Amino acid sequence: MTMALSMTDTSPRPWRPSPLWLAVPGFVLLVVFFAFPVARLLVLSVQDAQTGGFSLASFARITTTDVYIRVLGITFKIAGYTAIFSLLLGYPLAYWLARMPDAVRGRLLLFVMVPFWTSYLVKTFAFMLLLGRTGVINDLLLGTGIVSQPLPLINNEFGVMVGMVHAMVPLAVMTMLPVMTGIDRRLVQAAQTLGASPVHAFWLVYFKLSLPGVAAAGLLVFISSLGFFIVPAFLGGRRETMLAQLIIAQVQELLNWSFAGALAAMMLLAALVSCWVYDRVFGLSTVTGQGSDGKEASGRLRLAGLALLHGLASVCALIAMPVNRLFGPRAGRAMLPAVSWAVIAFLVAPTLIVIPIAFTSSQFLEFPPPGFSLRWFETYFSSPLWVQATVRSFLVAGATAAAATVIGGLAALALARGNSRWNGAIFAFFLAPMIVPRIVIAVGLFYLFAQIGLVATDLGLVIGHTVLAIPFTLVTIAAVLKSYDTRLDQAAATLGANRLRTLFLITVPLVKGGLIAAFLFAFITSFDELTIAIFVSGGVKTTLPKQMWDDMILQLNPTLAAVSVVVFAIVTVLLLVAERVRRSP
Amino acid sequence: MTATEMIHSTPRSAGGAMPKLLIDGLSKRYGNVTALEPTQLAVEKGEFLTLLGPSGSGKTTLLQLICGLVERSSGRLFIDGVDQSDTPVHQRDIGLVFQHYALFPHLTVAENVAFPLKMRGCAPGEISRRVKDALEMVHLGHLGDRFPRMLSGGQQQRVALARCFVYQPSIILMDEPLGALDKKLRDHMQIEIKRLHRETGTTIIYVTHDQEEALAMSDRICLMNHARIEQIGAPHEIYTRPRTAFAADFIGISNIFRGEFVHDAGRPRLATPHGIFNLPEDVSATGKGGALVVRPEHLRIGAASPNRITGAVSEIVYAGSETRVIADLGGGTQAILRLWPGDPVPQIGETITAGWDANSAAFVP
Repeated sequence: MTMALSMTDTSPRPWRPSPLWLAVPGFVLLVVFFAFPVARLLVLSVQDAQTGGFSLASFARITTTDVYIRVLGITFKIAGYTAIFSLLLGYPLAYWLARMPDAVRGRLLLFVMVPFWTSYLVKTFAFMLLLGRTGVINDLLLGTGIVSQPLPLINNEFGVMVGMVHAMVPLAVMTMLPVMTGIDRRLVQAAQTLGASPVHAFWLVYFKLSLPGVAAAGLLVFISSLGFFIVPAFLGGRRETMLAQLIIAQVQELLNWSFAGALAAMMLLAALVSCWVYDRVFGLSTVTGQGSDGKEASGRLRLAGLALLHGLASVCALIAMPVNRLFGPRAGRAMLPAVSWAVIAFLVAPTLIVIPIAFTSSQFLEFPPPGFSLRWFETYFSSPLWVQATVRSFLVAGATAAAATVIGGLAALALARGNSRWNGAIFAFFLAPMIVPRIVIAVGLFYLFAQIGLVATDLGLVIGHTVLAIPFTLVTIAAVLKSYDTRLDQAAATLGANRLRTLFLITVPLVKGGLIAAFLFAFITSFDELTIAIFVSGGVKTTLPKQMWDDMILQLNPTLAAVSVVVFAIVTVLLLVAERVRRSP
Repeated sequence: MTATEMIHSTPRSAGGAMPKLLIDGLSKRYGNVTALEPTQLAVEKGEFLTLLGPSGSGKTTLLQLICGLVERSSGRLFIDGVDQSDTPVHQRDIGLVFQHYALFPHLTVAENVAFPLKMRGCAPGEISRRVKDALEMVHLGHLGDRFPRMLSGGQQQRVALARCFVYQPSIILMDEPLGALDKKLRDHMQIEIKRLHRETGTTIIYVTHDQEEALAMSDRICLMNHARIEQIGAPHEIYTRPRTAFAADFIGISNIFRGEFVHDAGRPRLATPHGIFNLPEDVSATGKGGALVVRPEHLRIGAASPNRITGAVSEIVYAGSETRVIADLGGGTQAILRLWPGDPVPQIGETITAGWDANSAAFVP
């Protein structure tokens, strides 16, 4: 009856703030240090450097020489191929993982998570050791006499593609997996009882239903690849120069802001167009995992798609029949695990090469190492430059993680509690730093920081890294809150706890695992972040990744291997802890 | 099927006519766990057979073995006398209606129904004609362009039925198809399925854990428990002549009086804690003892019968069409009886005596 009373009560109710207010700190931070600088970069690209008036001179310059057009073309081509190959390698692995029981999948997923979070610098360094002219593979091939000349595996398109695909397969798998585990496996059985062969059942039902995940993975990989510069810088040659490398050169060497802005604008435009196309076809909600099912394309397009799948299924069935007859169904069933383990080996094994080389007694990066020694670790830890960089990275990462966890946690709470029609838009805005290429954010921030004196400061670094880490903390905490039973809060309220006490006595302890995991993910994000560090950490105030980057450009040396091992170990341990606490709150 | 397969194995059931489906020693093990003991079962053409049992009794496993979704551990399976033990799922002439319908979310209702026809390579004209007929058969002719998620649970169930009946498989399996529906809709769909069965004349094997549903729909009930068949028979046979205490207890409400045989004036009787009772005439007393099963509707308050129980009324349950009386017989045993029309309603706490005709009871070992 109290319900009815309060409904008819006409006295003014005490003002209760909407939960959406909790998202305000994050919103303000992202507007000032993400949306504004990126938007201004776009404005800058159409401004005349001298007069400040409207000018398309920068874009005109892009089209005058074919250099930029070519780089743009190369960037698109590499990003496109990376997306295709990442999907081709990632799909079987994700499919295999999706069929596993939950507990087993959780464990196997670490083989994807560890490469995902391993620093790009470490991964790239490992590939330089493996693929170089005097690298491990060429050593082996020459030593066994299989080839007489070292194979050109690096500083060409092959090297870039290997590095890029290796970097992007984990992202592809992790994007496809939730969609695949959500597919009701009985639908495939149903298709078979209705007369579809296993091949037809896969293509017409399972594959079709997994397509939103495939498209989301392709989109994310493509957009992330557009902004790559580490892999092409070290594994590519002159002809594999990508857009991000040009932007860095324009800013650092030529100080040509408006032109860098124009190039960044091109990249952003490409990213936005890809997102728009994706949204038209599938609906963006499948990327964020917020909505239920994607749009069903209507009419002729849909029927054409179904017909295409039908054709694909029939072709595959034609291939499968003789293969099955030749090798038997048992061989067919062994294929999937075999392929999956091969992909896992490709993801995990290359990075491990840095471990033996870090402990080498040699002056050089040779493999196998002639003897064991800790001399390169000694060099690392006795070099003030390296030690300072390491300490700075720890401090910056700690501050970033704390800030991103609080801000992302509040935003997640706001979205979980608030029931506004703006929820979707707010969620998308908070995830945007993950979608917009990092190089674009970095250049925009650099320009802003240069004006307000934050360049070469730790605060500038923390702010930049927090912007990048917020999407990760938000997603992690939102996932925990999603499974959180809000009736527990209601119970606390009926038992006399106010909102704040409910939050700290009930909610926080129960989602502790998610919070710690979010903290660690943010820590890792900052700890091996290079893009912003390249611009913002200057001179003596360098971070560990920046120091690695500088050293890798100058000369490869075994100290780098020792540093790589330390970074790899720290990140892996933090990740394992994060995964553990996330699973067992 | 090849001719050699036909020659090599044409088993016949006891009656001489070839059964539609013959299960010969089919079993399923997962490591140490037995999901289904080796099982014999013959299903006649056009029959409506229900697999009834509690969860974990092996009924779903048997169903999945029949359609081939689960690989058998032993035994063989014949359809129309042809050995189909190794035929892959999609080539068996069997339809399966799934528990939660398993409609394809990316296909419209009409496309869902067309799916099996497409897989069989039917001509487009024939497909659209048969889809139309099938949808009209389940009264959904107007909803062909909708997607499954836009339909109610009952409508989705009808689509699942249409998708199965449309390609006229010679055997249709249904795995608790009405489990997700509310009572009213379930009753309605039971009648609907009965109508489809009558109109099409297909053989239906129906899985349920709901004994009322089994009694209402089946030609025969195959009662399962602990991974094996407990009893097979027509509904009235299983209800009136349960062969085990489990069967008596699972189907309908039973008062079960356990005891040992005593010989009294040359006739065997059963001595129970609640009295010494006559056995039905057709029962021969072998072994030490057993139990008498008395249904609530056969117990009448104040009946002049040698088989009588006495107890205090502890609860009276009014259920609309009938009123049940629960009496405490002492020793923790309760008896449930149905009040006969016109008989006075007893008071709670009142001591009553009720009796039954010896031949209305069933004896189980």
